[in-house]
Amino acid sequence: MRLTVNGGEREVESAPLTPLLHVLREELGITSPKAGCQQGGCGACTVLVGGVAQRACLLPVAALDGADITTLEGLGSPEALSPVQASFHENYAAQCGFCTSGMVLAAHAYLEGGGTPDRPSIQHALAGHVCRCTGYVKIIDAVAAAAGGEASSNQRWLPRTGEESPVEIPGAPA
Amino acid sequence: MAGATLALDQATEVLQPGSEDEAIAAFGDGSGITVLAGGTIVVPEISYGYRSPERVLMLTRAGLAGISRDGSRTTIGATTTVAELVDLPAPLGPCAANVADVEIRSVGTVGGNLCAGEGQGAPRGDLQGALLALGASVRSAGEGGTTDEPLDEFMANRRERLILSVSFDEPAAGAFAALDRPHTHDYTALAVSGVRAQDGTIRLAATGAGTWGVRLPSAEAKSADPEAAGLAALDDVELHDDALASAWYRAKVLPVLIRRVLAELEEGA
Repeated sequence: MRLTVNGGEREVESAPLTPLLHVLREELGITSPKAGCQQGGCGACTVLVGGVAQRACLLPVAALDGADITTLEGLGSPEALSPVQASFHENYAAQCGFCTSGMVLAAHAYLEGGGTPDRPSIQHALAGHVCRCTGYVKIIDAVAAAAGGEASSNQRWLPRTGEESPVEIPGAPA
Repeated sequence: MAGATLALDQATEVLQPGSEDEAIAAFGDGSGITVLAGGTIVVPEISYGYRSPERVLMLTRAGLAGISRDGSRTTIGATTTVAELVDLPAPLGPCAANVADVEIRSVGTVGGNLCAGEGQGAPRGDLQGALLALGASVRSAGEGGTTDEPLDEFMANRRERLILSVSFDEPAAGAFAALDRPHTHDYTALAVSGVRAQDGTIRLAATGAGTWGVRLPSAEAKSADPEAAGLAALDDVELHDDALASAWYRAKVLPVLIRRVLAELEEGA
């Protein structure tokens, strides 16, 4: 079976009923989709299939032959974050990080579908995603900011080797 | 995770028909076949080892998806996703929008929903009520060939059938009322769908009341009097008593939802 994952063609050999989640994590070594409940209930494994947010734990890989899959790794890079990624960073929208990839991809699909900063609409769009740190307020702040065009895209936030961090950390030693 | 993948090591024969005819042939009389459409129910059961199918009929490429209209008749293919129904008129559209969350709706199918009975102790299959109220018919294949029969008969004679499509006549008006769900992943504890057909007939059905969606003929007979209709509906159901809602609570709420649906149909008159 052949999948396009984050723009690259990948040949996969997992058994046909293997959920996409395990193909990504165990065969292809792509670990942003998290194995949470593995029954469609937590949202942590969410990926984009042809641009549509779906649960990787529910999709038998045989049903996806030829499909175009995007995981968090395909949205942006540390040097060039996607608008939603940048907004999550700027709004402190991650705590332990387990739900973050699913949240970011669902928010990305929401914005691609014309989503607005309206908070009830955002809550509705992210309703299937569980954050066990209960950091929902910051997450919704981040999506609202991204939807309102407030987050800077392509923001570089990781310092290159030998370079000073572009992020000021209060209280950090100079 | 090891436990989750163990079941997949078994040799499972996966049949992937490329057309409706191939799907019907592969299904045969249904014996020993596990039908997999959207996967929202079957895949976790396999992952968790609750189900170890020897032969799986995967409908992804069988060409059974899509909504078509012929005059006032709407036909919905079995593997049409719940998400594709969301913009349809009431009761089906609002009912579909009330199913799970956006990611589940984008894979769960109409056929799977009609086959979903009780799960984790609670009724599932939210679309059953809306399609029963619409007076839908089901085209299915299996032993004895391909048949087209009313959904209520199809559901009453639960047997091994491969659902191909459902169809219904566009109603004059439709309405849907449901108990709010505490969380998007809870099944609907109780919902009522109502339709006023082109000839003025009122049809009512409930999901969440019992294991399967049910028509409410006693309530329909008294639909001119919403109070009486609401109480009469209690004669049509054997109320489920589970973690989502007690039978006592469902008995209190069913008449309220019936009244709301009848009022909405009245407004649409």
